[in-house]
Amino acid sequence: MAAAAAAGPSPGSGPGDSPEGPEGEAPERRRKAHGMLKLYYGLSEGEAAGRPAGPDPLDPTDLNGAHFDPEVYLDKLRRECPLAQLMDSETDMVRQIRALDSDMQTLVYENYNKFISATDTIRKMKNDFRKMEDEMDRLATNMAVITDFSARISATLQDRHERITKLAGVHALLRKLQFLFELPSRLTKCVELGAYGQAVRYQGRAQAVLQQYQHLPSFRAIQDDCQVITARLAQQLRQRFREGGSGAPEQAECVELLLALGEPAEELCEEFLAHARGRLEEELRSLEAELGPSPPAPDVLEFTDHGGSGFVGGLCQVAAAYQELFAAQGPAGAERLAAFARELGSRYFALVERRLAQERAAFLGCLTDVRQALAAPRVAGKEGPGLAELLANVASSILSHIKASLAAVHLFTAKEVSFSNKPYFRGEFCSQGVREGLIVGFIRSMCHTAQSFCDSPGEKGGATPPALLLLLSRLCLDYETATISYILTLTDEQFLVQDQFPVTPVSTLCAEARETARRLLTHYVKVQGLVISQMLRKSVETRDWLSTLEPRNVRAVMKRVVEDTTAIDVQVGLLYEEGVRKAQSSDSSKRTFSVYSSSRQQGRYAPSYTPSAPMDTNLLSNIQKLFSERIDVFSPVEFNKVSVLTGIIKISLKTLLECVRLRTFGRFGLQQVQVDCHFLQLYLWRFVADEELVHLLLDEVVASAALRCPDPVPMEPSVVEVICERG
Amino acid sequence: MEDDAPVIYGLEFQIHIIDFDDENNIINKNVLLHQAGEIWHISASPADRGVLATCYNRTSDSKVLTCAAVWRMPKELESGTHESPDDSSSAAQTLELLCHLDNTAHSNMACVVWEPMGDGKKIISLADNHILLWDLQESSSQAVLASSASLEGKGQLKFTSGRWSPHHNCTQVATANDTTLRGWDTRSMSQIYCIENAHGQLVRDLDFNPNKQYYLASCGDDCKVKFWDTRNVTEPVKTLEEHSHWVWNVRYNHSHDQLVLTGSSDSRVILSNMVSISSEPFGHLVDDDDISDQEDHRSEEKSKEPLQDNVIATYEEHEDSVYAVDWSSADPWLFASLSYDGRLVINRVPRALKYHILL
Repeated sequence: MAAAAAAGPSPGSGPGDSPEGPEGEAPERRRKAHGMLKLYYGLSEGEAAGRPAGPDPLDPTDLNGAHFDPEVYLDKLRRECPLAQLMDSETDMVRQIRALDSDMQTLVYENYNKFISATDTIRKMKNDFRKMEDEMDRLATNMAVITDFSARISATLQDRHERITKLAGVHALLRKLQFLFELPSRLTKCVELGAYGQAVRYQGRAQAVLQQYQHLPSFRAIQDDCQVITARLAQQLRQRFREGGSGAPEQAECVELLLALGEPAEELCEEFLAHARGRLEEELRSLEAELGPSPPAPDVLEFTDHGGSGFVGGLCQVAAAYQELFAAQGPAGAERLAAFARELGSRYFALVERRLAQERAAFLGCLTDVRQALAAPRVAGKEGPGLAELLANVASSILSHIKASLAAVHLFTAKEVSFSNKPYFRGEFCSQGVREGLIVGFIRSMCHTAQSFCDSPGEKGGATPPALLLLLSRLCLDYETATISYILTLTDEQFLVQDQFPVTPVSTLCAEARETARRLLTHYVKVQGLVISQMLRKSVETRDWLSTLEPRNVRAVMKRVVEDTTAIDVQVGLLYEEGVRKAQSSDSSKRTFSVYSSSRQQGRYAPSYTPSAPMDTNLLSNIQKLFSERIDVFSPVEFNKVSVLTGIIKISLKTLLECVRLRTFGRFGLQQVQVDCHFLQLYLWRFVADEELVHLLLDEVVASAALRCPDPVPMEPSVVEVICERG
Repeated sequence: MEDDAPVIYGLEFQIHIIDFDDENNIINKNVLLHQAGEIWHISASPADRGVLATCYNRTSDSKVLTCAAVWRMPKELESGTHESPDDSSSAAQTLELLCHLDNTAHSNMACVVWEPMGDGKKIISLADNHILLWDLQESSSQAVLASSASLEGKGQLKFTSGRWSPHHNCTQVATANDTTLRGWDTRSMSQIYCIENAHGQLVRDLDFNPNKQYYLASCGDDCKVKFWDTRNVTEPVKTLEEHSHWVWNVRYNHSHDQLVLTGSSDSRVILSNMVSISSEPFGHLVDDDDISDQEDHRSEEKSKEPLQDNVIATYEEHEDSVYAVDWSSADPWLFASLSYDGRLVINRVPRALKYHILL
């Protein structure tokens, strides 16, 4: 310590540090003390290394360092420091040594105190433990006494316990017996209250016991009573079951109870089905009534909905109840149920089919509407029903009908319907059922219905109004051009047809529709041609051509023909385009007039009846025909107005020609024909595609009339013209 | 006259007798004058080849009257061996009038038909709405009205055509008026069947199947040819729609009734093969007279499947309406058609078909 005191202060705790006060000094001091303890215990290195702020620990001049060498330190001080500083460090050193001494003293005191108190505590503990041991001994003896007592009590109570158990058993038995004795009255009460389920349960519980002890007279009596009551119960149940008014679940309950009562299942099964049949047949009847002969039939969806919830639901319920009740019946029972369901089901489906058949007639309904619409304006005396509007109406109503049907059918493939995922509904249903069966079938049946108008036996005209033919023809043509492909695209989109069944291609349907349209239009031409033909024919056949007067006028029938043709022209113009006609000069009527009045005059109007003469006329007409094309009277028409009109006029004029050839004409008769033909020529050429055709036919008419005239003196062309212009 | 097929047709005031020599393809024409008036209908007696009946128009006082008369050809024409100078300008001969079918009571004879199998003594004429059965007596020089019947009904009914059935002992006649076909029993002169609305429009002609007694064909202005079974008249057995204008004539082949000839004012003649409703639906079973015996066995070898009805040929030689067609009575494979412009066309059944039918 002397060395340390001589050594003076360390650089870290130099004289500048003193003003820091006792707080700053205290940790410093403690550290020093620790450092010395550590030094003592050999820990110095590790601890010293942990001290960051210290100077080199190996420095022998470090007062606090482990390798402090007092000699070196003193040498250093002596060599380096002036006297004043040496003095200072000496005082400092002394002061430090004193502080250290007092510290040491305090520590020793503190530790000594602690040691003393610990010794006291240990002595006290020794005392306590001794006391505790005594207590434990006492506890052990007490426990032994308790055990002894308990054993003695148990031995005493043993006897009583057995008796109590026995008594409890007797009590239960007695209660059972009481139940048995009360059973008849209870059953009666239950039956009276209608708690059949309870009664059956009681009976079921008692049955076995009574069976077992029936040799005892008392039990015998109870059993007999019970049997009587049970019989009555069964009776009542049956009664209720037969009344049938109650719903299916109640009936099922009845049957269940009866089964529990041990009634013959076979018979019950029959009866159950009979009742179910009665109910379901009622459903069917109500459905049938809805169908009815009078057609205020509800919507088809409503109908199927009704059928589905009423009949199908009922049938399902019956089947479920049956299977639950008569599961024990085995395959025979199942067989019976299947037969039952099959029969009723087939009747139901027959009804549904009938209903759907009515639905099919929708197109016919449309047609009826159109017919009425066509007939109505005429009754009202209006001119020209709006054919185009009607067409639009029909087309849109049919289209909306198809869309509605598609939407209705689409429900079957909706995602939320459970069976829509079955392969049938994904594949065959879409392609075969909907596309082929519904849409293609509809288009086909439409074409078929339309075509049937062409084949109707009433060819004399009355059956089908010509305007309807025209309208349908246009409708079919529209279908061919647009609607069919539209509908089929719509269908294909809605029902992603994804299987490889062959489907009818659009082109086939289009061809069918076009064919229908063509036939309808051809028929229209025939019908209208026939109307005009009849008019011309009557006019030729009923007139006395030999004694007719010199013509002054065009005959009224010719004017009528022109009027009617104009009307037809207007009618067709409403629905069909104009079409192309051969370009010809507008005043060609005059030109052709000269054809038959000049070129043929010599040959035809002056026939002589010598054998050689006909050769000339034949030759002439044949030569002319060589240069003109053969006229195909009922040739197929094209879809335009001009072609239709040409067809009608051809038919009419050909009729006129044939009729004229069957008559004999006087001079004025011939002239009248001449006038009539010229008149027709003036007005008809504008309607036809090739006016040459009209000229040719009219030419032929006049030539034929001339040939059929014993005194053929034709009228002057100028006079003919004057008459025609006047008329 | 085995190979010759005489065809008679009338045009205005003449009757031309055409001899067709099949072997040499030569046509001979003889002209007979018919001075009474223009001829509308003509039919030859089945018993006497020199006798024929005509319906003709007589114009007098600006009135046209259709009369009927029975005529006899000159002897040398009748024999068929007569060789004319083959000059059309040769002096025309005149028909000899045998008798008039007196029509003072009934005007407008539409047609005259002979009893097909008889001795040429019975003849029926149709006048307006009357059907008249005449007996020709004293070698056809006198016609006595044996019985008659008339059609009663609304409006002016007028017979257009009639045929005498070769079946049932020649006791049935069928007539056409407007759109209706009627059958008559010549013994009681009562109607036995009636096909209302047989055609949509006027019925122009009809013919009996020569081999099937209940079958008859009709044609009309609705461009159709219909085949009927007279036992069930509600529906036609078959309908042909080949023509595009009125069909004026329909004729069964006299021996092979599947061959049906039709002429129309669309100037076409159509030969159809109606096998399915013929008497030989499975082809030819019994050989015809004119097949030699060696060919007999061959017909048996033919497969006996039903043949299809079809159009055999369409003849378009005519330039104008065809008003008459008929089969040759001598050669079953030959037929002629006549059109408005006076052209007479003689055609043969196609050789292939002929052999098909025969073998």
